[in-house]
Amino acid sequence: MMDDLSLVMPEVVLCGFGLLLLLIEAFLGEKSKSLLGILTLIAASSALFFVLRLSRLNGEAFFGLYSLDPLASLIKGLILVILVLITVASIRYVERENAIAGEYYPLLIFSTLGMMIMVSTTNLLTIFIGVELMSISVYVLCGMFRENVRSAEASLKYFLLGAFASAFLVYGISLLYGSTGSLDIRAYSEAISAGNYSSVLMLGVALITVGFAFKIALVPFHMWTPDVYEGAPTSVTAFMAAGVKTAAFVTFLRIFYTAFLPVIKDWGGVLWLIAVITMSYANLTALVQENIKRMLAYSSIAHAGYILVAFVTGERSLSSSIIYYLFAYAFMNIGAFTCVMLMERKGEENLDIDSYAGLSGKHPLLSLCLSIFLLSLTGVPPLAGFMAKFYVFSTAIKAGYVWLAIIGVLNSVVAAYYYLRVIMYMYFKEPVKEIGEIDLSSPYFLVVFICIFFLLYLGIFPRDLTLLAEGAVSVFF
Amino acid sequence: MAEIVFKWIVFFIASILSIFSSVMMVTRKNPVHSALWLVVTFISLAVLYFLLNATFIAISQVIVYAGAIMMLFLFVIMLIHLEKGPEEIGKMTVSRIFAVVLTVLLFVEILVGVYFYRAWTVKPEPMPFGDPKTVGKLLYTKYLFPFEIASVLLLVGIIGAVVLAKRRKM
Amino acid sequence: MKEYLGILIIILLSSLVAILIVGISYFLGERKPKKVKLLPYECGMTTIGPSRRRISVKYYIFAMLFLIFDIEVLFMYPWAVITKDLKLFGFVEMFIFIVILLIGYFYVWRKGALEWE
Repeated sequence: MMDDLSLVMPEVVLCGFGLLLLLIEAFLGEKSKSLLGILTLIAASSALFFVLRLSRLNGEAFFGLYSLDPLASLIKGLILVILVLITVASIRYVERENAIAGEYYPLLIFSTLGMMIMVSTTNLLTIFIGVELMSISVYVLCGMFRENVRSAEASLKYFLLGAFASAFLVYGISLLYGSTGSLDIRAYSEAISAGNYSSVLMLGVALITVGFAFKIALVPFHMWTPDVYEGAPTSVTAFMAAGVKTAAFVTFLRIFYTAFLPVIKDWGGVLWLIAVITMSYANLTALVQENIKRMLAYSSIAHAGYILVAFVTGERSLSSSIIYYLFAYAFMNIGAFTCVMLMERKGEENLDIDSYAGLSGKHPLLSLCLSIFLLSLTGVPPLAGFMAKFYVFSTAIKAGYVWLAIIGVLNSVVAAYYYLRVIMYMYFKEPVKEIGEIDLSSPYFLVVFICIFFLLYLGIFPRDLTLLAEGAVSVFF
Repeated sequence: MAEIVFKWIVFFIASILSIFSSVMMVTRKNPVHSALWLVVTFISLAVLYFLLNATFIAISQVIVYAGAIMMLFLFVIMLIHLEKGPEEIGKMTVSRIFAVVLTVLLFVEILVGVYFYRAWTVKPEPMPFGDPKTVGKLLYTKYLFPFEIASVLLLVGIIGAVVLAKRRKM
Repeated sequence: MKEYLGILIIILLSSLVAILIVGISYFLGERKPKKVKLLPYECGMTTIGPSRRRISVKYYIFAMLFLIFDIEVLFMYPWAVITKDLKLFGFVEMFIFIVILLIGYFYVWRKGALEWE
């Protein structure tokens, strides 16, 4: 049992800090907020330390319900880095928006804990508990602006639809269990490779796909995304866009690539269609958005579509491009949303794209940073966004999905319009309205610079991450 | 033999009752009536679980669903003042008809999937698999990890309820 | 299965008694409804406005907290059945489980969610 515990140290540490923070919040009250922020940073870094220490290990714990492998370690590292960045960005944000209660930090930690659990297991039961832990914490985080109607709506909408999606997921899991007698996804691949599977199993696969498509926000299961991303506090939106999507995508990838690859020939068509609709619908809708958070919400849906392009191919050896994309995607989104947080003033002002007109005159540094993130989202070299798209589309071409790659590239061209439009507003347009004093404090810029560093580093030296990602996806062989 | 016949009779009554009460639940105009029919559905489902030897599930169905969750339902109905029910409940709108058609289609699809293809590839578990003792043995040895995480999950539920519904001391 | 026969008999008997009590008074009792009789109070103030008011969200918090601790107790039920076989190991597991929820309890208590304001 002690060996088992040493494998789950990152989770244990994170959970312990979460509980501690909750008690501190309860006993010290409102005035403890900045202390909580710092403690969250300590929690995330110590968990990260343990993840790094265990990163070379392969192993199972707790009767196979928890497993540690390169994929799990890599993604847990990314998730914890996301937690660190979001926390640093939140420190000033939470102070400014005093509507946000101190429970914010413990909830962030518990949500991260859920993500870490769901990416490091092969058992569907543990995956489900992890998904729920992540989701329920995020439902609450979305509603943190209690007096704000849109925040409450976001929370409620996400909760109701999310509960529905969880029902699909758990129904799918129960059908899989019913048809194979096991909850371990590795058992399914054996049954399927032996050709020994039934229609009930296929139904289970379909329902699990629906459940994850909701969490990842793929069209037609994306309905909640724009409203929730817009209504939630901006730091939470960044956390959802980066963290929740990464964890859900990796879990989906693990389930599919471990267990259901033999049936992807039957499933490819559906996923192909979902990828095309997701990219096209999200990009076309994003063109007409006037609120920057909504625009970035549609953009995040579109990016999920790009990732799905590589996913559809079902090529185990090429799936490292998905991991690479998730890294690049996380950093560009956190960066872009941090810039939005910088621009935003108390009470959700300055969120429409008009406020960005002529920004370069007043705040050249902020405009430059935001431009870098938008260019990376567009896919301009040498930023990581370009390499990510390049890997994903070349995966599709290598696997023979040429048309899908072409549709993807066309979509990126459409997407360039709405990203560049914001840049155009910042540099070539006269200010149309007063944006007031904005809070240019250093924690935000620290996050922004870290994100820019990673985008440049990953874009110029993609080899380092690609090697890690290839090591990670070797778990599928 | 007598036991099998008896079980069949109980199964028949419970399943008819569960279908009937769930239909009644969705067609009532008064939400409180709906909620009460839901109790009947829960309890007849509990009986079905009993017949499947899943006694622990049956017990938790009664304790959690018919007890605690039902109370939550009634509080919410009273909280948002719905006793009368909205006016448009009986109307047939296009989206409603569409939803009905979709639901029926999904149901038929599952039915066809289950019955007309090679459905189950594993043999059913040996009989006493669902009583508290067996469940406990599994839950507290093999499934120990998810069990401990479940407590964190419940904790997050507590935080959520307090954060979202409690008036804050300013 | 046989040991649950008693439950069935109790269900049948209690439904029978309930039906009898309501049924007998329905058939034997005499009903002459009048307006005054149907009022909530036969004497005293006449009621003002609808009797069904929106109830406070406070009830909801209590219900929610009850539900969560109810589920916690449900987890203890199979544990209690086999606690002798699990020995110290089971004790430690349940201890951790309860400590985590106890922290939740302290949290709720400190937040004043258990007080009726």
